[in-house]
Amino acid sequence: MDVKAVRKHFPILDQKVNGHPLVYLDSAATSQKPDVVIEAMDSYYRKINANIHRGVHTLGSLATDAYEEAREKVRRFINAGSTEEVIFTRGTTTSLNTVAYSYARAFLKEGDEIVITPMEHHANLIPWQQAAKATGATLKYIPLQKDGTIDLEDVRKTVTERTKIVAMAHVSNVLGTINPVKEVAAIAHEKGAVMVVDGAQSAPHMKVDVRALDVDFYAFSSHKMIGPTGIGVLYGKKALLEKMEPFETGGEMIDVVDLYESTWKQLPWKFEAGTMPIAEAIGLAAAIDFLEQIGLEAIHDHEIRLANYALERLSAIDGLEIYGPRKRVGLITFNLKGVHAHDVATALDNLGIAVRAGHHCAQPLMKWLCVPATARASFYVYNTEEDVDRLYEGLLKTKEFFADVL
Amino acid sequence: MSFSQLDQLYRRVIMDHYKNPRNKGTIDADGKLTVNMNNPTCGDRVELHMIVEDNKIKDAKFLGEGCSISLSSASMMTEAIKGLTVEEALHMSELFSRMVQGKDYHEEGVDFGDIGALQGVAKFPARIKCATLPWKAMEKLFLNERNAD
Repeated sequence: MDVKAVRKHFPILDQKVNGHPLVYLDSAATSQKPDVVIEAMDSYYRKINANIHRGVHTLGSLATDAYEEAREKVRRFINAGSTEEVIFTRGTTTSLNTVAYSYARAFLKEGDEIVITPMEHHANLIPWQQAAKATGATLKYIPLQKDGTIDLEDVRKTVTERTKIVAMAHVSNVLGTINPVKEVAAIAHEKGAVMVVDGAQSAPHMKVDVRALDVDFYAFSSHKMIGPTGIGVLYGKKALLEKMEPFETGGEMIDVVDLYESTWKQLPWKFEAGTMPIAEAIGLAAAIDFLEQIGLEAIHDHEIRLANYALERLSAIDGLEIYGPRKRVGLITFNLKGVHAHDVATALDNLGIAVRAGHHCAQPLMKWLCVPATARASFYVYNTEEDVDRLYEGLLKTKEFFADVL
Repeated sequence: MSFSQLDQLYRRVIMDHYKNPRNKGTIDADGKLTVNMNNPTCGDRVELHMIVEDNKIKDAKFLGEGCSISLSSASMMTEAIKGLTVEEALHMSELFSRMVQGKDYHEEGVDFGDIGALQGVAKFPARIKCATLPWKAMEKLFLNERNAD
């Protein structure tokens, strides 16, 4: 993989921040966008902008074709069986809420169980808390091992005949843990539960095959995979989606509307009410093309290499604590002893290095780690070893600065 | 590679308040007022304890979890508001907000003491909410009190 050539496609990276060349290490929050994505959206608005699935005019057809081609691209990207199983949403959060409302709230009852883990992002936690409250179901947690992984034995103990839903991140946004969702899905299915996977941190970084994983629902966001904000995907198995009622109702998702009753369009449009983010779907399609040209395996290897290099360099800094397992994706969460994560992030920003600081929308996990906040550096296709070196030097300088003033 | 403006934010006096917080702790006396405030975007947390008698702040203490800016701000604030009336303290909070946003905040008769050291925050917009957290907590405490009356 030629990172230098890749970087040329990301105009935003070529700038100075606070007097230093930008080192962007916050892709787990949102990724940067390549010129091809920006141009695809620009071109849509300049040439074929029209509402989809409505008009009979030429632009309407072109826009509809482009939007539906994007769906087909997404289908191939995750190897779904049919485009009926690929629903466009606002993002991972809306995708998971769709399942929590249209599946959990509709089909769960008192005594049923929803099983999740303490490492979930709030987006894969609060919808289940609320669904449990609304239905009288019980929310249960698979405990974490000391290194931030889950043990399949614990999964077997936690998932019971009463469990109806198992929901889990494919990859933790804090620890970088890769969860064995395929194995967990098999256990869930044995007990008759459905498997919901939060793929926000996996779809951008590794080859995902929803049929090989045999998961029932899989949610992810475009903006974390070099696509635009405002669009995401919910994959769901057809049989499940068919028995679910729509999460949102309104224009375009209907079949027949009478004064007191209405019927719905077929899949996937049943779940796409109102005017959808058309330009964003087209941008996402361009992002998928770009990622596939490089190859998801190559991207994954590149990130693992960077993470290992960063682990090696950062471990050498005295007083730097790193959280999470050794085997991980391309993100590193850490704290510098005696310095709050916000102060570390401000100091690094002053050197042009962008990292995330805070609780990373995973407050229960912060409690489990016994820290109020952490800093996180996350890598993507455009990051280099020099970026890691800059982070290392920046952390040394930060340590020195605070040792001096504290 | 060197820091261009970091020492404008992390002044000695700020780091001193962070390291040696004044008025850290709780008040156990009868009639104490308390409030909790979080910054949900970053997880910082401040708990304020106050004794207000005849509309005057007799005592103020805090507990908290957070960065050097939010905790030093809490330490400085509890020092500054002791002896002020509720209205004076609220006015000071207003001036403080102006200061950390880089607006004119000078006013005759208002003694900012150490607090002026936090004006460097204005150059770090991402940190304004850290600095104002304890002040917003104080405003919330008085508001709760007014609503309870």
